[in-house]
Amino acid sequence: MASPSTRGQRRTAALLLSPFLGLFAVVTLAPLAYAGWLSLFTTRTSGLGFGGTESVFAGWDNYVHALSDPEFRDGFLVIAAYCAVYIPLMIGGALALALLLDTGLAKARSFFQLALFLPHAVPGLIAALIWVYLYTPGLSPVIDLLASGGLDINFLSADNAVFSAANIAVWEWTGYNMVIFYAALQAVPRETLDAAKVDGAGALRTALSIKVPMIRPAVALSVLFTVIGSIQLFTEPKVIYNASSAIGSSFTPNMYVQTAAFQNNDFGLAAAASLLIALFAAVLSFAVTRFSRRGSKS
Amino acid sequence: MTTSSAPPVAPAPETASTKDPATRPRRRGRTGKPPSALLSRAGVTALLALATLYTLLPLTWLLLSSTKSREDLFGTNGFAPGDEMHLAENLRHLFTADDGIYLRWVLNTVAYAGVGSLLASVFSVAAGYAFDKLTFPGKERLFSLVLLGVMVPGTAMAIPLYLLAAEAGLVNTFWSVFVPGLVFPFGVYLARVFSAAYVPDEVLEAARMDGASEFRAFCRIALPMLAPGFVTIFLFQFTQIWNSFFLPLVMLSDQDLYPVNLGLYVWYSSALSQGHPEDYLLAVVGSLVSVAPLIAVFLMLQRFWKSGMTAGAIK
Repeated sequence: MASPSTRGQRRTAALLLSPFLGLFAVVTLAPLAYAGWLSLFTTRTSGLGFGGTESVFAGWDNYVHALSDPEFRDGFLVIAAYCAVYIPLMIGGALALALLLDTGLAKARSFFQLALFLPHAVPGLIAALIWVYLYTPGLSPVIDLLASGGLDINFLSADNAVFSAANIAVWEWTGYNMVIFYAALQAVPRETLDAAKVDGAGALRTALSIKVPMIRPAVALSVLFTVIGSIQLFTEPKVIYNASSAIGSSFTPNMYVQTAAFQNNDFGLAAAASLLIALFAAVLSFAVTRFSRRGSKS
Repeated sequence: MTTSSAPPVAPAPETASTKDPATRPRRRGRTGKPPSALLSRAGVTALLALATLYTLLPLTWLLLSSTKSREDLFGTNGFAPGDEMHLAENLRHLFTADDGIYLRWVLNTVAYAGVGSLLASVFSVAAGYAFDKLTFPGKERLFSLVLLGVMVPGTAMAIPLYLLAAEAGLVNTFWSVFVPGLVFPFGVYLARVFSAAYVPDEVLEAARMDGASEFRAFCRIALPMLAPGFVTIFLFQFTQIWNSFFLPLVMLSDQDLYPVNLGLYVWYSSALSQGHPEDYLLAVVGSLVSVAPLIAVFLMLQRFWKSGMTAGAIK
């Protein structure tokens, strides 16, 4: 390669990359750094509370405070419970629906694809508004229906709030992931499937032993994005929170952060907690990526 | 694996167990033992229909509720039409409430999501192309930084962004919600994948031979080839900004700057906490009006979102 061409490439790369990288630095890196700095300070009221507030260096105190605060830790337990319900149901459901479509047996396949995908076009907040109505006793036709079948459920109780939030997410994301899995299934080589048939594998066996393993990378990627999304859980419980006295203002880690910042004006704590959430998400997604990569190699 | 517990609908166990025989005969070749093809076809279709019922019923509720009067909304079954058709009145109410603030919110959302994701897509495609086709020092290290951006959840960034914006005096301004939307690391990742798939190296090599500058080769040759990828990235980011709730909630206090989401939330909360049931109807009708165009866009651009989701999934 001649050097003028290399120089041209470098110059063009700088030109093409600078808008993204510049904004990335402003919108992601700088806030992270600033939050990191702020998280090391705490505000104290000086004197008897008349003299205003001052910022005091606190070292790791805010992190220790957050990590030892049962409310913050419980938020992660809520997320864990939520993931335990939501991820198997949503990924399993999306996979099953994609496999059903892929049997080629169903009529009106494109209609089903579109109808199942449709909830994804609804913003999360609106989905939550709709479902909270369907969860509200006295208003909900669903509750009436279940009650007439002898089933009394309070969707908004503290115990059920996790499931109610998970259901909203299942509703929103199953069809989306189904489309991804279905597309991946169509890329499975026909010869492999024919070979399985010759070997006498039934449709169920083919699905579980051949199709599912072959689209494993797509499933792993979906799980990764679902995990990252779950850690951010905020909108659905926030909307449920308004309708129900059963869940607290620190139900999820993000709600904890919001409460710390805007109800208690403890920005040092909010910054520390935010960074812990971001760190947790990054570590977890790194682990999921690592795990799925090792799995697909073996 | 328990695929038979598939559809995320509660009352399904009996139907689900019929699935196993139903799926057995696959594609044309039916051999040996399968039960009648009609039965299996019906079984598969029934399961899909059940799942479709689950996805469509809440939307049916939204559609029907928007046509009801306040009395009917709270007094009639949610999955049945109301006693009187009230859609026109509801729409008039929606667009005149609080001096027509809803329209203002819609325009804000178009600016945040439409303009924001358009710019974000341009920046992503340019960066993705550079990562794929150009050589420069520190390339892979920079790209890992982008991947780190993909892994850090957006919502966890809301408070750090708020703190920085507060320092810069930008809280409660248009920019505090608009600028973060311009950055889309996953779009850069996608653009790199697209560039590798759509833009053949030979074509670029030929352009270089002909004396085209690198920048010219990007603008005149690569960019048109990347158009479908551009639309996909745009759609992804558009839905993301349109969906965002935490960031505007944290940043904005001036109602005139709200996006639709936040406005609807405020109506919904005031209906619950301050006993304004009429605001509940506003939130419902407002939801329908903001969802309908989005669904229309998705229907029109089906080809693109499907191909985009696939590109993200299968590398």
